[in-house]
Amino acid sequence: MGLEDLYREVILDHYKNPRNRGHLAAADAEAQGVNPLCGDEISIELRFDGEVVADVAVESQGCSISQSSASMMTEAIKGKTRSEIMDITAKFRAMMSLDDDTIELDTDRPGAILGDLEALQGVRQYPVRIKCASLGWNTLLEALDKAG
Amino acid sequence: MTDLSHLKADFPILEDGVHFLDSGASSQKPLVVVEAMSRFAQTSYANVHRGAYRLSVAATDAYEAARERVARFIGSSDSRQVIFTRGTTTALNSVAFGWGMEHLSEGDRIISTEMEHHSNLVPWQMVAKRTGARLDHIPVTDDFRLDLDAFSRMIDSDVRIVSITGMSNVLGTMPPIREFAEIAHGVGARLVVDAAQLVPHSPVDVEASGADFMAFSGHKMLGPTGIGVLWGRMDALEEMEPFEGGGEMIADVTLHDATWAPIPTRFEAGTPPIIQAIGLHAAVDYLDSVGMDKVLDHDRALTEIALHRLGDVPGLSVQGPTTIENRGGVISMVMDGVHAHDLSTILDQQGVSVRAGHHCAKPLMRRMGVAATARASFYLYNDESDIDALVTGLRQARDLFGL
Repeated sequence: MGLEDLYREVILDHYKNPRNRGHLAAADAEAQGVNPLCGDEISIELRFDGEVVADVAVESQGCSISQSSASMMTEAIKGKTRSEIMDITAKFRAMMSLDDDTIELDTDRPGAILGDLEALQGVRQYPVRIKCASLGWNTLLEALDKAG
Repeated sequence: MTDLSHLKADFPILEDGVHFLDSGASSQKPLVVVEAMSRFAQTSYANVHRGAYRLSVAATDAYEAARERVARFIGSSDSRQVIFTRGTTTALNSVAFGWGMEHLSEGDRIISTEMEHHSNLVPWQMVAKRTGARLDHIPVTDDFRLDLDAFSRMIDSDVRIVSITGMSNVLGTMPPIREFAEIAHGVGARLVVDAAQLVPHSPVDVEASGADFMAFSGHKMLGPTGIGVLWGRMDALEEMEPFEGGGEMIADVTLHDATWAPIPTRFEAGTPPIIQAIGLHAAVDYLDSVGMDKVLDHDRALTEIALHRLGDVPGLSVQGPTTIENRGGVISMVMDGVHAHDLSTILDQQGVSVRAGHHCAKPLMRRMGVAATARASFYLYNDESDIDALVTGLRQARDLFGL
């Protein structure tokens, strides 16, 4: 497994052009996350329309893996219901886990299960970087928790 | 340049293709250090002091011989001034709490600097909060040095203790300790030096340095983890209360009171790092056989070459002095468009080990306006092939990121 598998084009694209950056005019829930080991930081704001996350905004700084993961996450959750988001989150975590084989990505149809996020599957070959990819997701769960 | 390339063979871990550039975090161990600890554990090991049997006497002799050897290594004429601790962090906490809690109160001042490792920042914050003393920090100049003029303006007779780094673990900067000592002593303040990076990489004469306390770690100077040193002037050590109570450090104990053993024993509560002291003894023998002046020359020569070569890498900036005067072999790098953690992962594929992050110096990182750097640090076993691999990896990172 080479570096090209870790730093795929879609990851670098999200790193250089992160989606849903900034702040919401009126957020219903927000949370901050920090990785004390490496100093990566993120803040997430959510606006709900009933059960649906109608809008999301992220402010963050960190490495390409943490930034692109958060950026792809915002695209994956926008317009989804809370239970759909929990499902995506569980699948993402399973993909990142070295010993969780509850999901299998379809190698014939890349992106079929988790869309662009599947580009991050190479991260789990670099165990010290898994926490980078997970920072945004852990912070998202905290924001959802706060929203009640 | 001092050629130390023959030394690499003494370090079994440094095989071909291993470019270890993280000695600032912890150094590799030569075989003689590993063997000395192994031999001691197999032939002479027992707990030290108070044992009336042959093995304990042998272990005590070896432990105390290590203390004398370390004292000679740093120019201390009295080995009682060498206190074995768990490491630099414990040594600095011992001074902050053991000296600070005794001698500081509201109205007193502590001065540290903006370029400290957290281990020389946080203990002083804790003691300042508990005693009501005020904590101030000497600023870092735009050329990554400590502002001595600012220090002269900051100091007054309320300052009781000043604690500075002997060499920054992020910048490589080596502040002029002698000048800081003169200014601190001018108002009767004590000077503490965090020498975790200095003692492994430079000749140090503690008695001539002007420092009242100096702290360093064994594992950054070819020795094992789990042992460090607090050196102090005898009159300064006498002002200090033990930071830890327990076995070994007492003269007498009743149910409600205790009196202290003499220095240094009163500061070494519990079973000390015995095997580690044997390893540190061997490490110091090794360093002296090379010569600390040669170690410093070698580190500086490599640093000069690296600074020059890194200047040709597009988008790369070095956070630290760009000349080698009063500077050690630590180079913090920031690359436009590639985060330090990504650099570290990419360099690892070239066999190059560098550290990425805030290097336990978050206030300094804020001062520099960066969140993280990738840090390469040199030691006596590094050579130009390590710099070649570093530069190759940095260029590869730019390619991978499409820069």
